[in-house]
Amino acid sequence: MTPRRTLADREEVLGGVMLAPALAYVILLVGVPFVLAIVLSFSDATAGSLRFGWAGLRNYAAILADPIFLRALRNTAVVTIGSQVLVVVLATAAAQVFRTTFRGKRFARFVLLLPWAVPVSLAAIAWTWIFDSTFSVINWTLKAAGLLHGWLYWLGEPGLALLAIIIVQAWRIFPFATVIVLAGLSSIPQEIVEAAIVDGAGFWRRLFQVELPLLLPVVTVAVLFGVVYTATDLGVVYILTGGGPANTTHVLPTLAFQRGILGADLGQGAAIAVFLLPFLIVVAIAMLRLARRAEVGAR
Amino acid sequence: MKRVALYAAALGFVVFAGFPFYWMLVTTFKQNRDLYVGASDLSHIPWIFNDPPTLEHVKLLFGQTDFPRWVLNTLLVVAAVVVITVAVAVPAGYSLARLAGRWGERMGMGIFFTYLIPPTLLFVPFSRLVSLLGLQNSLASLILIYPTMTIPFCTWLVMGFLRSVPWEIEEQAMIDGYSRLAVILKVAPRLIVPGILTVVVFSFTLVMQEFVYALTFISSVEKMTVSLGVPIALVRGDVYHWGALMAAALFISIPLAIVYNLFIDRFIQGFTMGAVKG
Repeated sequence: MTPRRTLADREEVLGGVMLAPALAYVILLVGVPFVLAIVLSFSDATAGSLRFGWAGLRNYAAILADPIFLRALRNTAVVTIGSQVLVVVLATAAAQVFRTTFRGKRFARFVLLLPWAVPVSLAAIAWTWIFDSTFSVINWTLKAAGLLHGWLYWLGEPGLALLAIIIVQAWRIFPFATVIVLAGLSSIPQEIVEAAIVDGAGFWRRLFQVELPLLLPVVTVAVLFGVVYTATDLGVVYILTGGGPANTTHVLPTLAFQRGILGADLGQGAAIAVFLLPFLIVVAIAMLRLARRAEVGAR
Repeated sequence: MKRVALYAAALGFVVFAGFPFYWMLVTTFKQNRDLYVGASDLSHIPWIFNDPPTLEHVKLLFGQTDFPRWVLNTLLVVAAVVVITVAVAVPAGYSLARLAGRWGERMGMGIFFTYLIPPTLLFVPFSRLVSLLGLQNSLASLILIYPTMTIPFCTWLVMGFLRSVPWEIEEQAMIDGYSRLAVILKVAPRLIVPGILTVVVFSFTLVMQEFVYALTFISSVEKMTVSLGVPIALVRGDVYHWGALMAAALFISIPLAIVYNLFIDRFIQGFTMGAVKG
């Protein structure tokens, strides 16, 4: 055997070479910026100059004393939890419908997936038009149906604006969750369902006592991604309300953008974004657990 | 009775999911005097065309705005990001699935987890990094940064895809005298084609959808991508050209949705990470 031939057969060398570019990319352009994001939050860096001074906990002290930040933190939690509750209900229900066969199902499926396929920013601008203070088609329809007597300023009033944000987030994520739950349903062994039918379990009993417990891991996956997509999303709030009226509907990403990029205070922007970490850590731990369980189950 | 309930529920979901798109469609082709009637006027039904449809807004969008330019910019970024992603993620996925042995799985999961680190956590340091590199306000900044989102997920996709491809074909080639390297260069590419296609489509859709980095790095209108330009630069001051805005949203959404429909099952396999056994 020639030495060249041995090199071409050494799996660990080939494997290393083929993996290196991806690792380099991830380490240099995700790992390093990630560390930098945390370092910046302890600095007084601004966008204008390249100066970089240690600021200790000053940024954190500043934002924790800032009612706008505390409001943004609360809004992030409210929007994330609110939309994900809606997503779970809508997705489990939609999956029950879409597992059956019916006329026009292909078209229905196409429409169902539209909200997930459309770019967030374009969906948000469409919803801005739908919630328009003068031309809102929702208001017209509610009024025409006799359900509304006054007027709803969807994006002009804090409570309604948050509700609008929750609706849009749930709207854009439930199709994705539905498809995941459907994938889960199709993997439930048919014998289990049949055994339940033989034992006389009706639709609801089958749903709540047989299928939903089996679906739990899959629903969890859908919710975890939903949490990441909602808690860290900038586009919907930025375009729908811009954080207004009077900074009442900011979420962490929009506030970080306003302070860090528009306001050029990189240190404070970074500190605000760091508060996204708890959301992400919870998600990461839950996912690792699920993955481990799937590994054990596969054996 | 049960069928009725089923169709009613299906209709409900279709209406909720599809109504904003219907609204885009109607707005795109409505005349202004049909469009801008206050919603408190109950005698004017906004859901239908009260006046004949018009192409006025579509002409405005393509003739008098930078929309065509944004489409070109987006396609340029898409092409570059797809090339980078395929060149980096496909070999990495192959390496993890076929060459790395036991730690391949762990490593793959580690790489996948970086996909969970969101742009909104990284845009502050990136804004600094991009200006240090002198790339601010350029498409090159997007071409450099977007692969940080596509590579982790696509490496994971390719790795998962290769699991479903039987090892025997490559094994046979080695028995026939191919070196390990020759197998990778001559035999494996044919086997991975569907996986590569998924990578291309995923990268394409992700670039079309990205908003945060584009908003952070790009400031001049002629450098914008579609997802940034439409909601940010089509709005002039406080004037919203709703017809043109909705036309742009519609023309971008529909092709994306068609592509999504074809590839959804493959993406889902990546997302569920073995929690679903297919």
